[in-house]
Amino acid sequence: MLDHNAPLRPKAGAHDDDRVIKLAVLAVGGQGGGVLADWITDVAERNGYVAQSTSVAGVAQRTGATIYYVEMARDTGRLPVFALSPSQGDVDILIAAELMEAGRAIIRGFVTPERTTLITSSHRIAAVSEKIEPGDGRASSEKVHATAEAAAKRFIAFDMEKIAADNGTMISASLLGALAGSGALPFTRESYEQAIGAGGRGAKASLAAFAAAYDRARGITGAAPSGEMAEMPAAPEAGSGLAAKVSGPESLLQGWQQLAARIDALPTPVRDMALRGLKKIVDFQDIAYGGEYLDRLDRAVALDDAGHGYALSIAAAKHLANAMCYDDMIRVADLKTRSTRDSRVRREIGVKDGTVLQVTEYFHPRIEEFCGTLPAGLGSYIESRPRLAAFLDRRINRGRHIRTDSFAGFTALWFIGGLRRWRRRLLRHKVEAEHLERWYDLALGNVSADYALAVEILNCRRLIKGYSDTHTRAQSKFDRVLSALDLVRGRPDAADWIRRLREAALKDEKGDMLDGALKTVASL
Amino acid sequence: MAERSFAKEVEKLRLGDGEEFAGEGILAITKALLQCGVGYVGGYQGAPISHLMDVLADAQDILGELGVHFEASASEATATAMLAASVHYPIRGAATFKSTVGTNVASDALANLASGGVTGGALIIVGEDYGEGSSIMQERSHAFAMKSQVWLLDPRPDLPSIVKAVEDGFELSEASNTPVMLQVRIRCCHVHGHFIAKDNKRPPMSVADALDAPRRDTGRIVLPPASFLHEKEKVQKRWPAAVAFIRKNRINEIFGSDHGSVGIVMQGGMYNAVIRALQRLNLADTYGDTDVPLYVLNAVYPLIDDEFLSFCEGKQAVLVVEEGQPNYIEQAFAAMLHKAGRGTRLVGKEHLPMAGEYTGQVMLDGIGSFLRAEAPHLLPGEVRAPNKSGEGVDTADLINVVPGRPPGFCIGCPERPIFAATKLVEQELGKHHIASDIGCHLFSIMPPFELGATTMGYGLGPASASAFNSPDAKRRSISFVGDGGFWHNGLTSSIGNAVFNKNDGVIVIVDNFYSAATGGQDILSSRAGNKTKSTKHPITEAVKGMGVKWLRHIDRTYDVGKMQATLREALTTEEKGPKVIVASSECMLNRQRREKPLVDKAIKGGERVVKPKFGVDEDICTGDHACMRLSGCPSLSVKSLDDPLRDDPVAHIDQNCVGCGNCGEVADAAVLCPSFYRADVVHNPNRWDRFLESTRRAVIGLLQRRRESRRLMFADA
Repeated sequence: MLDHNAPLRPKAGAHDDDRVIKLAVLAVGGQGGGVLADWITDVAERNGYVAQSTSVAGVAQRTGATIYYVEMARDTGRLPVFALSPSQGDVDILIAAELMEAGRAIIRGFVTPERTTLITSSHRIAAVSEKIEPGDGRASSEKVHATAEAAAKRFIAFDMEKIAADNGTMISASLLGALAGSGALPFTRESYEQAIGAGGRGAKASLAAFAAAYDRARGITGAAPSGEMAEMPAAPEAGSGLAAKVSGPESLLQGWQQLAARIDALPTPVRDMALRGLKKIVDFQDIAYGGEYLDRLDRAVALDDAGHGYALSIAAAKHLANAMCYDDMIRVADLKTRSTRDSRVRREIGVKDGTVLQVTEYFHPRIEEFCGTLPAGLGSYIESRPRLAAFLDRRINRGRHIRTDSFAGFTALWFIGGLRRWRRRLLRHKVEAEHLERWYDLALGNVSADYALAVEILNCRRLIKGYSDTHTRAQSKFDRVLSALDLVRGRPDAADWIRRLREAALKDEKGDMLDGALKTVASL
Repeated sequence: MAERSFAKEVEKLRLGDGEEFAGEGILAITKALLQCGVGYVGGYQGAPISHLMDVLADAQDILGELGVHFEASASEATATAMLAASVHYPIRGAATFKSTVGTNVASDALANLASGGVTGGALIIVGEDYGEGSSIMQERSHAFAMKSQVWLLDPRPDLPSIVKAVEDGFELSEASNTPVMLQVRIRCCHVHGHFIAKDNKRPPMSVADALDAPRRDTGRIVLPPASFLHEKEKVQKRWPAAVAFIRKNRINEIFGSDHGSVGIVMQGGMYNAVIRALQRLNLADTYGDTDVPLYVLNAVYPLIDDEFLSFCEGKQAVLVVEEGQPNYIEQAFAAMLHKAGRGTRLVGKEHLPMAGEYTGQVMLDGIGSFLRAEAPHLLPGEVRAPNKSGEGVDTADLINVVPGRPPGFCIGCPERPIFAATKLVEQELGKHHIASDIGCHLFSIMPPFELGATTMGYGLGPASASAFNSPDAKRRSISFVGDGGFWHNGLTSSIGNAVFNKNDGVIVIVDNFYSAATGGQDILSSRAGNKTKSTKHPITEAVKGMGVKWLRHIDRTYDVGKMQATLREALTTEEKGPKVIVASSECMLNRQRREKPLVDKAIKGGERVVKPKFGVDEDICTGDHACMRLSGCPSLSVKSLDDPLRDDPVAHIDQNCVGCGNCGEVADAAVLCPSFYRADVVHNPNRWDRFLESTRRAVIGLLQRRRESRRLMFADA
């Protein structure tokens, strides 16, 4: 009787028997979320449950975020009324096929501390917005992990994509394994395996991925209640470079020992970065160049002290190495013709025995690159004559596809790589060395007045990257950031401003954010 | 050949009386059509009814056995016009398409069909793409039903209910001589469920029978004076017949107590969402049993006055749950109550949002709000005044972290290089006005391309640029149209129009061999043979036939340089009139689906197969990501290096790469960087391959060893 004053008798959830279990899958289009939803429905039906699954297929599946939703209840002979989409605060199990999708689920309110088991793969699929920044535009995984720990009743996260890939299958299989292993559904392991087996094609690989993820999730379930954080990239072991093996002719090894001894003489905090830098430098050019690097580094160390944690010297060790190893044609050709490169390509592509690998490189040299590889005098001569340069450019400037597995292609690159020994006399080296000196002098000149500012000036080297037009644009950003020096010098927050400008410069291609930030600086 | 094959599932269409059908909603509707003795079916694909078309295409054998004619219509207008077969003949016919975009296209035919009326049952199944995940404008089919005076069914979203709605729809159509629209929401189309099947029925009269005994009746044709009589007939005969049928057959359902002080009226499609809200308010159980009176409108047009008024009898307040706006149902009910002089308060959009999808939370909030206001005594204490403890975690920070993930081009999509080239041309010649169209290529409006100003309708890209045709202009407009849109109506509305009006703009026809966005259905220009359809009609021939003089055909869109040069030429040539570029390459999703099994089989069978894949030299990549700003390929992503010397992540190509070539071509055309390489793996190499390989490797190895023995080698470098 409705017009009675007492509340109605509670209906939903009165009996455990007819409780509806609600499960949502958030995936990225193309991950096989539909297969997973079908499997889960099948498992439920095999266990005497009625289940309903829905999805929004269509255009949204083309690499966009998409949701699959399953509801199930014990079959009592009557058909329950199931909902067709998940509701905030009303989801028992949430499966995210990618870490940011777990974050999206939390934002959308599908994860609640009272009831939701959150199962997510911890791997990342970068969204387009994350990839197109010239710097590092990737979202913070730590933030999602931390929030998920608090937001979910149980949180199970590990790299299920890797498990799937290792077993030669799709992530849907390892997600199902994690679901089974979590014990969040009252179903046996066998019934899950039967559901996969019923699919037929590729069942063996799927079952292997399922098993691996199952064990992994079981392990987590058995572990401390706080759950397990997903693997973060391990921090590089301090000094791991020191143990690196070096091989080569005796005379060079002796030279290397001398350089290494100079590293040992550096303050401890600087050594790791300096050694990495030194290796890069020697690999790029030769022992003597390594000596130049350490000479330059010594200038920073002399101005530095333990009170500052040797931040200046560490920054110098890092950015000097990058600046001295500029990306010229010689370096590219050298790297592309090494035996180590050949083995890396074979490993990455997964070349098996009995197959043949053919490698095509994509080059597009312009007159600038050509002149850079000429002796400084000749290169400058051409560059200073626009009509001659344009004439030559018409002959040089086009895409060249070079087969480095072929004799002719390889030899051409091998020859260019061999120009290394004359590199110091070439135009590009002259330009780079001058630029480097200006920048380095500028940084060190600021140390006594503003230590932090000097470090930030060094860090601006990060802006210089890319080839051709991209490199030119990077140079311009670098110049624009440093153009603000005169405006901020003397301010207590000068270093902060340079850092902010640099970060702005890494946000977009043309430097629109940077221009905005520069206007702000100008108004200070 | 569609993206998804239903070859296995269509066997379920053969189920007989008493057998249990288990499967997707869309398949259930197909089965229901056969159970109703449908004589012919047509339609145009589009989410969420694409699969219905795919099921029918895959079920041609079964349809043939039953004497049912199936047609993959050229457009929604064609599909609706096809229902003309039910005007004079007692043949049941069905047409299906996406709503409301399809209904828009169909409305001319719909109006004419509705005016003359039908003899055989005519059913239009509209897949509602409304709410989250929708790719179209948010409108209501309801308005079409009202303006054309056809009836609209909106059944409860479970398989038994939608199957029954198909049966009801045909009977209602015949009882009232009016076409009936059956709307099915997107999640309902894809819902997995069960129903008890009946035997399929052969149509009592086939289209072949009709052709043998043609009939005509001027009174059914839309021409004065018959057309004026049709309007009268609609209100005097057909409407009352429909109302009588709906009432008599209890198409609308009443649940819950019959004497509460409040009640809820809803569109049938909203029933499950209403029940879920009541369940969460502790007012309904798992099976939907509730004491709250519910009036479920499985027929939302026409409405049945006395049925509604009797539901309101003795109630203080009634809530109307009507998704979308305008709130036609609520307005109609309010008028009924007012005219009947009833005191029942009618509320709807006061408690529920004016616009937007009625999600679980919206329903819980809306129904909760209604009950708190009108019948608080019904609600348990904790619902009436919920404790605010444990409100969950603060997600404000997270919102700034989690990136948006709109849909985009697939891995290896042949349309990506077209837009990379367009972006490069714009870098050279400046920004242009770009008109977009419906289809996958509309993803060009998203990052990283961000090209395109408007999208006006399927096949209407170039038409929507037709105003931008001025002799004073220094720049031409660029417009895009897909092959699907081209054949749908672009050939006349866009190309013909541009020729006739001497439009000077550039038109790019994106030809990927399928109606790709809707799931890869075949169209006239599809390159593959199709058993039941005529394919392989080149777009270029059609364009020439329309009178286009400046025409270029690019048969490999991955050639970014050529694409760029052709666009540049089109934008700068002295020649007048429309400049048409047909850019053709097969949809990669479909191509992979077709080729991958063949390639795997060939490799297993010992045949020589070359498989391409792209890679990035991570020590050459500087982490600038310029390549990604011209790509957006899911396979090309960023990766951190385990190297403290490097700050920014470098480019990386994952295992899913299909080796389309875009990366290399773009790096080349845009003069980016030399870090990309293409690795062709030759499986089952022949003797010549092996000989070359061993010779080359010997020489290359020699050179490598020579250099490497003279330098320092770092084990981890």
